[in-house]
Parts: sequence; C-alpha cells; structure tokens
Amino acid sequence: MQKIKRDALVEKALSLLSDGTVNRVLGWKAGEFDYDITPAVFRDAESLKNDFVFSDFCGANFSKYLISETRKDEGKVLVFLKPCDTYSFNQLLTEHRFDREKVYAVGIPCEGMADISKVKAICGDGISNIECTDDKLIVTTIYEDKPYEIAAESVLAERCVTCKSKKHVAYDELIGEDGDVVESARFDEVAKLENMTADERFAFWQEQLSRCIRCNACRDVCPACTCEKCVFNNPKSGVENKAIADSFEEKMFHIIRAFHVAGRCTDCGECSRVCPQDIPLHLLNRKFIKDINELYGEYQAGAEVGSRAPLVNYTKDDCEPSEAVERRNGKDA
Amino acid sequence: MQVNGYKPLIVAFCCNWCSYAGADLAGNNRLAYPADVKIIRVPCSCRVNPMFVLRAFQRGADGVIICGCHPGDCHYTSGNYFTRRRMSLLFSMLDYLGIERERTRVEWVSAAEGAKFAATMNDFAEKVAALGENKRLEDLRCKR
Repeated sequence: MQKIKRDALVEKALSLLSDGTVNRVLGWKAGEFDYDITPAVFRDAESLKNDFVFSDFCGANFSKYLISETRKDEGKVLVFLKPCDTYSFNQLLTEHRFDREKVYAVGIPCEGMADISKVKAICGDGISNIECTDDKLIVTTIYEDKPYEIAAESVLAERCVTCKSKKHVAYDELIGEDGDVVESARFDEVAKLENMTADERFAFWQEQLSRCIRCNACRDVCPACTCEKCVFNNPKSGVENKAIADSFEEKMFHIIRAFHVAGRCTDCGECSRVCPQDIPLHLLNRKFIKDINELYGEYQAGAEVGSRAPLVNYTKDDCEPSEAVERRNGKDA
Repeated sequence: MQVNGYKPLIVAFCCNWCSYAGADLAGNNRLAYPADVKIIRVPCSCRVNPMFVLRAFQRGADGVIICGCHPGDCHYTSGNYFTRRRMSLLFSMLDYLGIERERTRVEWVSAAEGAKFAATMNDFAEKVAALGENKRLEDLRCKR
C-alpha cells in the first residue's frame, strides 16, 4: 500500500550515514510478528541493510523518541516522519522539548497504515506472515492453507481513514511528493456522540473506559505527554492503580489525560493505536479539538512552530463555561 | 438544603480576592446560604486544576462550583480568563461523558456581592439537591 519502498528509505539513510550528516538512524525493525514493528536506532550500514523494515504496520510516531534520542550524544539523528508525525514534531519544537539542530528530518509520504485488529477481525489469530503489496495485504495464518487476500483500504487504521493531512509541515528533506491538508470527517463520530442523550453517552463511555487496564500506554506513547513527572505516577494519590469496585478512576485518568493535551494534541492517533483494549481514545482528544475549534477558532496544534495554544491564550469575549455546551447544541439544532 | 430528605455536599472553590470576601460579606450581612457548601480558598480561580474538580467528585462531592472575580477584574490581571477557557472545556467534556451538567458551575462573584454569593449558593445547592447523590463520578474506594 505504501508508495515509498523500504529500499528507497534504506538507500537514503545509507547515503546520509556515509557522508556524515547523521550518525544514527531512527527507523523501524521487525518485532516478534510482521505486524508489531518496533522503532529502533541503527548505527551502522550493516544493521540498516539487514534489519530496517518498512510496511503498512509502521504506524509509530517517532517525534517523541527524539526527546531522549537527542540527549544521548552529540551527532545528528536521522528520523523518518510521516505527514501526521511532522505535526507532533512541530508541537514538540514549540514546547522546546528537543534540539532541532540535532535532528535531520526526512519526510516520507504515507498512504495510511493498517490496523492489525481489523486484520484479525477478518482472518482471526495465528497470523504467521503478512506481505504488503500495492493494494493488498496477503496474510498467512497457521490455521488455513490458503492465504487471505485483504484489500488494504478495508483494514486502514481509524486515524488514517479520517486522515487530516498528507502535507509535511516540517522536514529537512522530502522523499517523494508533498501532499495537501485533507478535508476529513474526523469529527463525525464525536458529533454522533454529542447528539446522543446524556444517559446513552454515559453508557457508551462506561463500557469503553471500564475496559481500561491502566497500562498507561496511551500516556507513554503520546507525543504531547512529555512531562518528566506525571501526576498519575504519584503513589500517594491513592488512585494510581486500577480500581476493581468502580470505574471512576478510569474516567478521571482519561479526562485528565485528554485535558492535559487539550490544545496541544495534534490528533496523531497514537493513543488509540497502542491501546491494548481498543478504547477509542481519539474520541476524547477530538472532542477537545472540536470544542476549541468551535469556541475559540480553528486551531491545529503543530501546524506551525511557535503558535500559541488555545489554553494558554484568551480573548476578553470568550464564552462563559455555562454557555459552552448550549452554544454547541444551538449550532447542532 | 434538603430535597426529598437528601442533603448534598458541595465544594466551592473561592478566589481569595473576591468570592471569598464575598462569602464573608454574606455572613456579615446575615444572608443565609446552605451549610452544605464547603468553601476552599484558592489564590485565584485559575489555581483550580481540572483534577481538583474531579478529585472533589471522587471523594464524595455532589456538586463543584468555582467562584472568581468578574472577567477583567482579576487580581492577577488575566487568571480568570484562563479559568473561563479551561472550565468551558472541562464542563463540555463532562457533559460529553454523560455527567449531569448541573453538578458543575463557574460563577463570577466580587467582594462586594455578598447577596449574589448567597443567592448563587442557594440556587446551586437546590439544583444539586434535586439531582440527588453523585453516582456517575463516585469512587467507592474514597467512601470507606
């Protein structure tokens, strides 16, 4: 499905490595299965040639890795950024989280990544091999002799179905052509929930959030969650671990998590991707983005470096908290 | 304040420079407001972290009200403007999760508005009492 091929990326990385522009490469290597591809740092040509992979399962957003990576040593690090990753990249620069001088960013086009849970819904467990062709995924399982041929379109990750931009907003160099900001239907799902009754919404979120196992993966992967000390790590809070009796604590965790990134969330969708329980966390983030757009004017975090986030800004005629919901409801009617 | 024999617990975050003094004035003027309202003094309404609101609910509050200076009158020039944005988003999110709207409120009360303070608290306590116990944001671990 990806137009850009693995070999083109390896070639680019090798040339930048050999001419000394960078001394290491942040890329992807194979995990235990073909679908759990892992971010990795390559320091030499040999490992790049052997271990570098690129397929429809390279969803990981590298921006956050740059924070720790740029602190490790002096040389530059080469990073491959998909269009949505470049927004996080800019947002982290806005927040001064890493040194731009230490990064060489190569923008790569993205045709949308595949969602393994959608693949598994079709062919079940026991996947032994996945081959990505131009428009298909050829999936072999240990239970069937004949491989499944799945149209890549049909297993596109949620965040890619509603892709907001094919445009790179930050790069040193681009492989392939740059795209445009896409008109997407990413707020449709949020609007659908808003139009439910309060009881229906409560039931929906109760069902979703009570599945949370508090693994904190959504927090750890989020490029906007970069505090070195997190309130949820406080062992004295009394609520740092999973409650069995009720689910308030998950609600609190998810409200605070989403609120903390409100106005800074670029809607990269990593939280939903890594959630082992498939909780649609992006619906919480998108709710904040939608509210911000409607109440305080259109704002895309990370679209440009140095823009002022809506929550650290104000105007004298902002709406009152009591009116916020009515104003939105009035719009819907 | 009782509705059908139910007494709510209300947490009011009051700005030191206005509403807290407003509460004082209400008391000096012998204006009655429900004893179920527990006031927590904060240096500015923007000191109220969204987590404070949720934590109050978690520990058994049935309603949370945040009182600050009128927009434009902040002791720190702009604190309450930030409160306004934050709480707009937080309340909208709580509504999105299906939590009753009337349980949360932001009200601007100056130090001279003792009567408004008492009226606001009476009205809020009545609305919260009518909603009954906070079930959707309770945490049994905190209710031992």
